[in-house]
Amino acid sequence: MSDKNSGHVTLAMGAGGKQTAELIERVFARRFDSPLLTADDAAVLDPPHGKMAMSTDGFIVSPAFFAGGNVGKLSICGTVNDLACMGARPLYLTCGFVIEEGYPLQKLEQIADSMATTAAEVGVTLVAGDTKVAGRGQVDGVFITTTGVGEVVEGVSPAGAKAAPGDAIIVTGDIGRHGCTILLERDDFGIEADVTSDCAPLWASVKAMLDVTHDIHVIRDATRGGVGTVLYEIAGQSNVGVRLDATVVPVDPAVGGVCRMLGLEPLYLACEGRLVVIAPRDVAPALVEALQACPYSVGAAIIGEVVDERPGWVVLNTEIGTQTLLPQPTGELLPRIC
Amino acid sequence: MSDVQKKTPAEILSSYDGRSLRIMEVCGTHTHEIFRLGIRKLLPPQVDLISGPGCPVCVTQVGFIDEAIWLAEHGATITTFGDLVRVPGTTGSLATARAAGGRVRVVYSPLDAVAYAREHADERVVFLSVGFETTVPAACLAVEQAKAEGLQNFSLLTANKTMPNAYAALRDSADVFLYPGHVHAITGTKLCEDLAAQGVSGVLAGFTAKELITALAVAVAKGAEGKPFFVNAYPRVVKPEGAPSAVALINKVMEPCDAEWRGLGVIEGSGLRLRGEYADVDARRVFQMPSIEGRANPACRCGEVLRGACKPSDCPLFGRGCTPQHAVGACMVSGEGACSAYYQYGGDLQ
Repeated sequence: MSDKNSGHVTLAMGAGGKQTAELIERVFARRFDSPLLTADDAAVLDPPHGKMAMSTDGFIVSPAFFAGGNVGKLSICGTVNDLACMGARPLYLTCGFVIEEGYPLQKLEQIADSMATTAAEVGVTLVAGDTKVAGRGQVDGVFITTTGVGEVVEGVSPAGAKAAPGDAIIVTGDIGRHGCTILLERDDFGIEADVTSDCAPLWASVKAMLDVTHDIHVIRDATRGGVGTVLYEIAGQSNVGVRLDATVVPVDPAVGGVCRMLGLEPLYLACEGRLVVIAPRDVAPALVEALQACPYSVGAAIIGEVVDERPGWVVLNTEIGTQTLLPQPTGELLPRIC
Repeated sequence: MSDVQKKTPAEILSSYDGRSLRIMEVCGTHTHEIFRLGIRKLLPPQVDLISGPGCPVCVTQVGFIDEAIWLAEHGATITTFGDLVRVPGTTGSLATARAAGGRVRVVYSPLDAVAYAREHADERVVFLSVGFETTVPAACLAVEQAKAEGLQNFSLLTANKTMPNAYAALRDSADVFLYPGHVHAITGTKLCEDLAAQGVSGVLAGFTAKELITALAVAVAKGAEGKPFFVNAYPRVVKPEGAPSAVALINKVMEPCDAEWRGLGVIEGSGLRLRGEYADVDARRVFQMPSIEGRANPACRCGEVLRGACKPSDCPLFGRGCTPQHAVGACMVSGEGACSAYYQYGGDLQ
């Protein structure tokens, strides 16, 4: 039985020879086809106009396939969203794969399909890649690293230290879906609920906001640690207080139900397609309107404000009209979530 | 009373101007919800909420962790609720035992531990059975299940506690107890009525914002009168007779014993152990474990916190050497622990 037809990734496919070339041809080259992606040692590219943003991220989610996406889609969205958070239009991506010996080729093709589809949707080009195969047990399935380059829209410079009292706080949709999805897919709890990951590329949503105003103080994607962790980070970086209205934070009823059963705080569940946006109060309604017109941010809402009081803390207005501090993040809820 | 009936529960609390009252929430879930909802903000200054010993992890004695570590070091696979993994023993925790090569698996129910034992016939699986009347029936069910399947590799290490004698031991710590709804859903209300007859006041409380505020309003309104009382403010779930089938299961598998509570010492008849006929699933006997006595960190004031004798922030370790990430005392490890709730919700800032 030859490697080519065995249906599984072999160590030989990672050895750099003919079988590596066959793997790349079968799985990657035709899906990521572009004039910029060549068989040479490096991509040669036109530089962006103005400032350039660059970011890298590794993706080791378990399970690799989940409701609403897979590690491939995640690996494009994650880096694209990091660039978008700096006001940068994603231009180029590179990707590195570490694949476990014995991994089904068909699944690898599904992952590559998702990557190609998501990249095309965003308009970002995959310009270089690398494939390694590790022995059975040395990695779990597929690990992907993507690095992205983007072109920063002129006059835009969001940063975590720029939140100012009087700013409104926006989330671009209901929170905690990715973390909840992974939690349920691992099946440790024996709970079934209809929850789908929010994994999505968000450049179009950011672009829609930048068409309204360039005066956006902070844009962050609320991945590991969720919206709560992001808000604590911003409160610390900007030395301001954050006040949230707990009753208007959008949470899908199924996610809320799972959280109540397990004693979890949705504000600390990971998202993979949600931004926290902080901008002057007077432009916030227009930003929300622009976000709601984009497919991945139709649920955008203003959830709170930046204040002078209690710098470094996130205060919640509760359902009974009292104020309480959002408990500080205590670290990873789950390992290997994205 | 006619005046009281016109007010909402929140108004009763905020307008209370009677004698000073110490109300002890016995249950860790109550502690957590009270912080999460900011309920302390509704209370006048003369009403003090004390977080009592109702978090099963927090009252688990240091020696029990040492016993579990001993088992992990002697070939057992430990299955446990996640909270216990980071609780410090005398010199280490189950987390450090795991890092040193011990087998420690987190499970979400005792029956998961039985399933693990079934699927790993070559391992000797021990489930750490902690908790009150609420969780004991599930542990008993796991024992019965393992026996019915003829599993030879499953046993329990017990440190279960029961509330009746603990209330008596704590009677001077508070004027009114907020009784734990889950526990009494199993055991019923007779104990609470007997306690009222002995001069110990209490209100049975549920867990939603409305249920908690209502129970506190009742505690304040009745507490002001100064006469011992008992009110079931959680009748939706707690029936006078409790859950007789669960109680029968507990009594079939376990029997009362003296038990050591972290911070409170040994309370007579406040624990549960496996009956003699269940010796083959009693990990202490199966593994012929020696007697192990633990020593808590002497600087840790968890014990006084559990008795309501000091606030978490009065402890010299609070927020300095002891945080949820690096806990010294059990009350900081468990999400339901008073120190953890105090720390995470900003403690004195509240």
